[in-house]
Amino acid sequence: MAQHLLHGHRDGGGELPRHDNSPLLELTGISRYYPGIKALDRVDFTLRSGEVHVLFGENGAGKSTLISIVAGAVKPHGGEIHFAGQSLQLACVHHARTLGISAVFQEFSLVPDLTVEQNLFLGSEQTKNGLLDKKYLRKRSTQILERLGFALRPDQRVAYLSRAEQQMVEIAKAFRTSATVLILDEPTASLTERETEQLFDLIQQVKSQGVGIIYITHRINEIRQIGDRITVLRDGQRVATVSAQTSERELVRLMTGQVIDQIFPKIAFSPGEQLLEVNDLSTAGGIVADVSINVRRGEIVGLAGLVGSGKSELGRALFGLNEKTGGSVRLAGESIDDLSVRQIMDRGLFYIPADRRAEGLVMARSVRENIALPALHTRRFSKAMILRRRAEAIQVRELAGRLNLQPLRIEQDAANFSGGNQQKILLAKCLMQEISLFVFDEPTVGVDVGTRAAIYEFIRDLCEAGAAVLLISSDLPEILYLTHRVYVMCRGVLSAELSANEITQENVLRHCFEQQAA
Amino acid sequence: MSDHDRMAVKNETTRGLVARVLYVFQLVLVRWGVLPFLLIIAVVVFALLSENFLTGRNLMNVVRQSTYLTLVSMGQMFALLTGGFDLSVGTILALTSVVGATAMAAAYTAMPDAVVLSIVIGMVAGAAAGTAIGVVNGIGISLFNVSPFMMSLGMASVGFGLALYMTGGTPVYGMPIEFGDTFGFGTLLNLPVPVIITIALIAVLYFVLNWTRLGRYFYAVGGNIKAARLSGINTRLTLFLAYVFCGALAAVAGILLTARLDTGEANIGATMPLLSIAACVIAGVSLRGGVGRLENVVFGALFIGLVQNGMNLARIESYLQIVVIGALLIFAVVSDQLRLRYIAKISS
Ligand SMILES: Nc1ncnc2c1ncn2[C@@H]1O[C@H](COP(=O)(O)OP(=O)(O)OP(=O)(O)O)[C@@H](O)[C@H]1O
Ligand SMILES: [Mg+2]
Repeated sequence: MAQHLLHGHRDGGGELPRHDNSPLLELTGISRYYPGIKALDRVDFTLRSGEVHVLFGENGAGKSTLISIVAGAVKPHGGEIHFAGQSLQLACVHHARTLGISAVFQEFSLVPDLTVEQNLFLGSEQTKNGLLDKKYLRKRSTQILERLGFALRPDQRVAYLSRAEQQMVEIAKAFRTSATVLILDEPTASLTERETEQLFDLIQQVKSQGVGIIYITHRINEIRQIGDRITVLRDGQRVATVSAQTSERELVRLMTGQVIDQIFPKIAFSPGEQLLEVNDLSTAGGIVADVSINVRRGEIVGLAGLVGSGKSELGRALFGLNEKTGGSVRLAGESIDDLSVRQIMDRGLFYIPADRRAEGLVMARSVRENIALPALHTRRFSKAMILRRRAEAIQVRELAGRLNLQPLRIEQDAANFSGGNQQKILLAKCLMQEISLFVFDEPTVGVDVGTRAAIYEFIRDLCEAGAAVLLISSDLPEILYLTHRVYVMCRGVLSAELSANEITQENVLRHCFEQQAA
Repeated sequence: MSDHDRMAVKNETTRGLVARVLYVFQLVLVRWGVLPFLLIIAVVVFALLSENFLTGRNLMNVVRQSTYLTLVSMGQMFALLTGGFDLSVGTILALTSVVGATAMAAAYTAMPDAVVLSIVIGMVAGAAAGTAIGVVNGIGISLFNVSPFMMSLGMASVGFGLALYMTGGTPVYGMPIEFGDTFGFGTLLNLPVPVIITIALIAVLYFVLNWTRLGRYFYAVGGNIKAARLSGINTRLTLFLAYVFCGALAAVAGILLTARLDTGEANIGATMPLLSIAACVIAGVSLRGGVGRLENVVFGALFIGLVQNGMNLARIESYLQIVVIGALLIFAVVSDQLRLRYIAKISS
């Protein structure tokens, strides 16, 4: 069955060259410039068939740019590409696809108003007598989703899916046809363990069939699990290509040029008064059902659960984004149930969304405008409606510098930054005003190890300064090492509350899958 | 030095010059878009076609004639910034004109001595009628999520029908002569009054867009409405205000045009939706929202005024003029796309 799925619908994809000594894909001296930046500087890269070649490097190192060139989305300014022994000039993504080069990009390319199924087959719909062969399409899409083990329905509209679910659709798109080169740019960034495991099984399968895989990730344990070779990029240059057995310490040294010992900081625990109190909260459709939680000052509380468990919806409902159908939310003793986002924010609760592109940033505006936006009404940035633009520029620059934004150009459009740096811009937004309760929804999606450590320190500082933090995360280590207390959600209900020594991988995972709290 | 060498040196310097000119050309294109080139081409072409074109008087004429379009285009810009557009701006002009003229004439007949009062009454009535269309647009679009296309198209029909119904299609006479003398033909410090009013409004709007929170919110809401909402911005109010601003500016244009014509007309403004969108797009305002600069829009409107004036002087038939304007709009959009592609390509 699996065999059929993979080879049954080959649209293009020439014959696989099976000489194992000659590489499937060979890039030599690839360069690419952006205004004032060498995104790639004479990079060499080879991909053999049947290997998983990991690209590793800091945010902005040029990983996405490199794979965009291989996928035909971006044109190089110098260098050569050889594919299956022949010199190649890619015209566009479609061209690459017909050659069997298939990519899942870091930023999604789904049409929100179409269904999962329509998105899957967009541009290569099967027809029968000139009409859409809907029965076939439905059957195929169900097969693909089943094979991937993703809990998605083909007829769901993409607009209603969470970021993680959209990620799954993107992955399914790449696995729809048989590829000779498969490119995955941080595919697991917002997936939980379960979906990640399923994806890895699949990668092993296609790998054994001779497909070459380029895999970008910031998670070192993933490299161990599926990687064969690793190419480390730094500032647009190739630093080294090493085997996947290289130690973590060494990888981080190659990547950053320095030694980072500790990613997770020690966080002092001195809980203060209760700040957030949620009682029997429910949202429409039972996505969250009767959940009660509380968060105290000086405490980091984790909210764990699988994709679709309702943990993200809970965070959104606190901020008044999802409609509540029952229950109450109190902040510092006062009800915030009927307040607007602005009012909730002014009372000290800030929600940082998981999807920076869809909800976090105004991509066509500058970093400065983005960071100052939520606090524009405070006296820091305006006086009686009139902006204090000098103060704005100074403070934003200072903050961006503190978060190590690369490049530090606050007048650039947010769209021009690499994924991880966009994440920093997003985090900066909550620091421009007095906030006592931070709700972070996947704060380290697509962030490199160095920045990740910096973000954790940033969260620690907030917490130790007396703020309360609610950390919604699919990243298990983050939950395990950073939080003082953890709530686990499963299918909309709370399945466990764990604290101190109870916070173990085993415990959290067990409750993630559990149907109902015992 | 042989002839051959000298030639080579000369070639070299010309090549250097050409390269430098090309470079400047690219810089201008990337920074300001096609508008500067279009302006230069238009000036050169029309100066060659008609010797009256480049006279101080004619240029002042262009500025004066362009004020109405400038006002409407600035209003249109607010709608475009928030990711929509307003097809009812022409109707707003017509309705303002008819309502303003009717009210003013009625007040003047009732109180022949109170000239100033009747002028004020007429202007307020006209402005209120025009702005009301903007308010309805704003309510539909922000509160009921009607698409700007449907909403403003519907209101264009409603407003135009009302204007025709009120007048039976005939012009409205009977306004005090002082109205036209002041707001249509008057000058202050050698500048036409409409131009002065427009300049004042440009200054105010520039300030609003660049130096107030509200201005920033227009850009944010147009750039990404969800992100704006999560940043605590009242997105409905911002959208609403964009269309109110648009309506109010078109209404001001309507009042000034009525003063110039000395009659209330239901038939004015039909080309305004197209022209104002063209002025904005030529000026680099993004149709997707979130991007655009006021000063460029002013130049965009001036450019269209310049082309119309030049074509009149060159005695190009008015029907053909419509063709030219449409073609210009499409050319502007295409060249903007080319510019984006070009930026992506050079980026080095
Ligand atoms: N369209 C663009 N315009 C200008 N600069 C760009 C553009 N795209 C990328 N860059 C710059 O090129 C560099 C490399 O970006 P790239 O997206 O390849 O980084 P990355 O290694 O994928 O980082 P991340 O881990 O954060 O995704 C960055 O400095 C980025 O700012
Ligand atoms: Mg990237």
